[in-house]
Amino acid sequence: MIQSKDLLGIKELTPEEIYLILDTAAGFKDVLMRDIKKVPPLRGKTVVSLFFEPSTRTKTSFALASKRLSADFVNFSVSTSSVVKGESLKDTALTIQALGADFVLVRHASSGVPHLLSNILDISVINAGDGANEHPTQALLDMFTIQSYKKKFKGLNVAIVGDIAHSRVAKSNIYALTKLEANVRLICPPTLTPAEVDKLGVEVHHSLDKGLKDVDVIMALRLQLERQSKGFLPSLREYFKLYGLTADSVSHAKDDAIVMHPGPMNRGVEIASSIADGNQSVILEQVTNGIAVRMAVLYLLAGVKK
Amino acid sequence: MITLIKNGHVVDPSQNIDGPMEILIKGRKIEGLYPKGKAPEAEKIIDATKCFVIPGLVDIHTHLREPGFEYKETIETGTRSAVRGGFTTVCCMPNTDPVNDNVAVTEFILDKAKKYGSCTVHPIGAITTGSNSEELTELQALIKAGCIAFSDDGRPVTNSQMMRRALEYSKIFDVPVISHCEDLQLSEGGVVNEGFVSTIVGLKGIPKAAEETMVARDLSLCELTGGKLHIAHVSTAGSVNLIRNAKSRGINVTAETCPHYYNLTDEAIISYDTNLKVNPPIRTAVDVEAIKEGIKDGTIDIIATDHAPHHFDDKQREFDSAAFGISGLETAFALSYHLVRHETIDLKQLITMMCITPSKIVGLNKGTLSPGADADIAVVNPETIYKVDSSSFLSKGKNSPFNKWTLTGSVEKTIAMGKVFDWSEK
Repeated sequence: MIQSKDLLGIKELTPEEIYLILDTAAGFKDVLMRDIKKVPPLRGKTVVSLFFEPSTRTKTSFALASKRLSADFVNFSVSTSSVVKGESLKDTALTIQALGADFVLVRHASSGVPHLLSNILDISVINAGDGANEHPTQALLDMFTIQSYKKKFKGLNVAIVGDIAHSRVAKSNIYALTKLEANVRLICPPTLTPAEVDKLGVEVHHSLDKGLKDVDVIMALRLQLERQSKGFLPSLREYFKLYGLTADSVSHAKDDAIVMHPGPMNRGVEIASSIADGNQSVILEQVTNGIAVRMAVLYLLAGVKK
Repeated sequence: MITLIKNGHVVDPSQNIDGPMEILIKGRKIEGLYPKGKAPEAEKIIDATKCFVIPGLVDIHTHLREPGFEYKETIETGTRSAVRGGFTTVCCMPNTDPVNDNVAVTEFILDKAKKYGSCTVHPIGAITTGSNSEELTELQALIKAGCIAFSDDGRPVTNSQMMRRALEYSKIFDVPVISHCEDLQLSEGGVVNEGFVSTIVGLKGIPKAAEETMVARDLSLCELTGGKLHIAHVSTAGSVNLIRNAKSRGINVTAETCPHYYNLTDEAIISYDTNLKVNPPIRTAVDVEAIKEGIKDGTIDIIATDHAPHHFDDKQREFDSAAFGISGLETAFALSYHLVRHETIDLKQLITMMCITPSKIVGLNKGTLSPGADADIAVVNPETIYKVDSSSFLSKGKNSPFNKWTLTGSVEKTIAMGKVFDWSEK
């Protein structure tokens, strides 16, 4: 059973809840492999997306997940709505609830917005990414993907490489992996290392080659290109040399290591094309798995008594 | 009107009094102090049974918001809030709209305070015009109009040369320059303390160094110029150390901290409660201990509130865009009396830090119950246990992270310039 009506983050989940979501997603993955990819459990339910930041893949993935479950999916378009006319977040959220939504998917540049909505609203709030806090469904689809290759998490060595400091994907994955008892290594320049992050039970490496030694899973992160102008790094060229995933650097990992990326990728910045398109890459499978995992999340939250 | 406060235990370190006494008030002044039963007849009796009778509290760091932000607070509501909290004098920061950088604004504030104020108000003038660090304000004119200190609070004086000049020029008048120490480049975009908690919540951190580098700068400038420097809202262990070191070298500096810096740690922010958003940010347990140590050994001279009232709408929003500040006047006494209950300091030292020294720093004749002094008195019951209900604050700002906290030590009555406010009557 899932305890909360909301999915605010992985931080709030128990290992049992994570496994429940993964097991449920496995069933939905089978549905997605069928010729007719639609099941009825959320018929009559409405999912509204409220995205304050641009997103194509997460939103599309949630839209497909909703539709596969027979829910209605509506996009509350922030750029053309009253939000640009100065409406407060609180009023926007209450409006969506009054429109009769059962779920609101929220993405916002400011951390804690899903928590704020959760306090205001009775309907289910799903965090689709908030600031540098969390992106829980991304971590869940990453866990699903890892599980499909590695079968277990305990003792697995997983490296997360890149801009950890600004990455909600990294944060959610750190919580998920540590809860599932994997060994987590963060590989990042000191300028992009979150303060006191080692207290989360992870190792921090500033050398890519050493950090990748004998890992089972490599998770690359997107580097926001504007980091350069803020002094986090001198140039994208130097970043690629130090932290880019190339055939050379990936060779330090185990031979059967898988390479993951949450997308969208900057080829030649955090990952070389030869790796992104190589046989260790599971990047496109992550995308497919994302639908199954989001179906599981919607399905399980719909069953929580409010 | 002649009023007598009886049955109370008077504590006034300025006269070395600590015992059962009666205080006779005549009009706006204290007439005299008498042993129990020896006071002359009075028209009105104030019963202070089980209470301490102490000098009215003096806050030299208050935001009254008027002019310009009357929806957050007015001089009327801010001074009401002050007397509710036992304060009888507040010194208001100049970051209003317009900024208090000219005589007209100073006179406006004093005029409003005279008409609508419940307690004494002394304006603090801006150091630079518009508080933009570019030109000094006319200190002489502002002092003549009623300003008692200078600060660009809310912002630092970013230009070091300008800060140097301010510390030098202010020596003509022997007035303090109150510094809001924050390196704006280091703190840019930050909303909470930088550390493990900022990592957990994913909010941008403000490193302690953003405060400490500017504390260090201003201490150097103070040493260079011999000006009268007062450091506002000290929040970090590093700042306490810098100030302690400077004092040991004889530098002319005083410092304040605020109740939220010794009652809260940043772990509370995991709830994303925007009432915890304040600048400088709530720090860690190590800092809280260092602040208490600084209070104990005198490195930190005074307790100020940094009362920063905000409208509900400015707080109930995204943490990143919520306003910084805590409505502090009505909880400051109990949150500080906590230090006495836990023996960090004794009541005399608390009174020194909340009455005598603040008044000394800005050159006022307040913080004393001596005969002839203004009748500014607080009657406090150290045993009362109560639950904070910020919705009942007299301040317009209900933004308190201490809402629903159980506190010990209540303000029962406040006498401000002889006017009696009895809070126990309700």
